[in-house]
Amino acid sequence: MPRISLTVDGVRYDDDVEPRTLLVHHLRERLGKVGTVVGCDTSNCGACTVLMSGEAVKSCTVLAVQADGADITTVEGLAGPDGKLHPVQQAFHDRHALQCGFCTPGMIMAAVDLLAENPDPTDEEIREGLEGNLCRCTGYQNIVRAVRDAAAAMRSAAAPQESVPIGGGA
Amino acid sequence: MIPSAFDYARPSTVQEAVRILSEAGEDAKVLAGGQSLIPVLRLRLAAPSLLVDLGGIAELRGVSESGDELVIGAMTRHADILRDPLVARYAPLLAQATATVADRQVRHLGTIGGSLSHADPAGDLPSVSLALDAVMTIAGPAGERSVPASEFFVDYLTTAMQPGEVLVAVRVPKREGWGTHYEKFNRVAQAWALVGVAAAVRRENGSIAEARVALTNMGTTPLRATAVEQALAGALASADAIASAAASAAEGTSPSSDVSASAEYRTHLAKVLTRRAVAAAGGIDAA
Ligand SMILES: Cc1cc2nc3c(=O)[nH]c(=O)nc-3n(C[C@H](O)[C@H](O)[C@H](O)COP(=O)(O)OP(=O)(O)OC[C@H]3O[C@@H](n4cnc5c(N)ncnc54)[C@H](O)[C@@H]3O)c2cc1C
Ligand code: FES
Ligand code: FES
Repeated sequence: MPRISLTVDGVRYDDDVEPRTLLVHHLRERLGKVGTVVGCDTSNCGACTVLMSGEAVKSCTVLAVQADGADITTVEGLAGPDGKLHPVQQAFHDRHALQCGFCTPGMIMAAVDLLAENPDPTDEEIREGLEGNLCRCTGYQNIVRAVRDAAAAMRSAAAPQESVPIGGGA
Repeated sequence: MIPSAFDYARPSTVQEAVRILSEAGEDAKVLAGGQSLIPVLRLRLAAPSLLVDLGGIAELRGVSESGDELVIGAMTRHADILRDPLVARYAPLLAQATATVADRQVRHLGTIGGSLSHADPAGDLPSVSLALDAVMTIAGPAGERSVPASEFFVDYLTTAMQPGEVLVAVRVPKREGWGTHYEKFNRVAQAWALVGVAAAVRRENGSIAEARVALTNMGTTPLRATAVEQALAGALASADAIASAAASAAEGTSPSSDVSASAEYRTHLAKVLTRRAVAAAGGIDAA
């Protein structure tokens, strides 16, 4: 069995994995990172989204062996060490951007990825940017509002410095 | 679902990949970004004995210039294409179509080589490669060979590549002085094209000197709309001339009927989208 080394939410893990193991199953079943969920069998829903080397990917559509050496951030790694929520998490809470919450971990990670590339997106750009994530409950309105709010909060937090580090809890 | 078991190899050169593939025979499969292959494995529509991951081969990734061509490594990801200054300058059609592929997550892993090798008739990049007269560089046990896009797509999910061969690069002629446009029609987010049209137009004075038009999802392979190209060659660069040429867009095609659209609807879409794509490529107000 190949041996892989991953850094997940700041902690390094070395494990032997079967080649067919999907990254999402490795995260959930081996590393106990159950914040990342599986919502479909067809790579469509985005519920399993994590950041791999800083970019959003669907962890159900990556083999754990392909991720060898990568730095992974899951929704569990977004809050600061003091438990302070990431601005995107806070905005989802404030704006009631969830109902059942199943899509939320993936939605939040996809939004973090989008804002890293485009810190001031229009509503249209938010909708396009989150097209890989499906929500069966909210109708998306409050999700778009939350991402807009988070973007504003992150821009004002970043204003005096250079940039907001992803996953550093700002 | 979990894929059935397979062995895994991660070579670091193309030569090594080709050697492993030829030794393993027909049961082995190449793994690029996995964005088409892993869904297929999860649904257990395929059960290869060995996956040969090209992800560790640095020489396969990136875009460079060679004379009047761009050389795009097969493992260049969709997201890389969108940021590449050479693509933006010499092949903006490719960037425009790539931006419509799937979603951000899939574009972070999916590759141009994987899209072309997969040869899905609904894929956006095969028709673009046809419209741009791209040439594929393929490596195999007997060395390298070149296959033009017009001969690369053989049938549904089938290319001219033999088992043991690897797509190494896509060579795209620089198209300066051409206008281009990709027009894709789909109904919902992250959906595949019901029909798509890739157009490249070179204008001279008030007329269209040359045009290249290729169709997505109008048959088992991407297709050149030859009748449209012929009608456009030398035609006046006007909305009327384009509309009359676009009327023959579905000639020689064999679109499928499925849950998303009937063949009749696809035929209608091909004409409308061709008119829009050619007009936009030629900078003509289609009104
Ligand atoms: C939700 C979703 C939506 C999508 N929507 C679209 C869309 O709208 N438009 C679109 O065009 N595509 C779409 N795709 C597909 C996407 O573009 C894939 O990235 C692409 O089809 C495959 O590229 P890949 O690098 O992931 O290849 P893989 O999945 O790794 O491989 C695909 C196939 O090609 C073979 N292969 C790959 N690379 C090579 C090579 N270098 N040499 C020889 N054989 C090779 C593999 O063996 C396999 O058979 C979508 C995918 C998903 C999951
Ligand atoms: S679980 Fe990964 S996309 Fe649905
Ligand atoms: S809140 Fe239920 S799926 Fe989005």
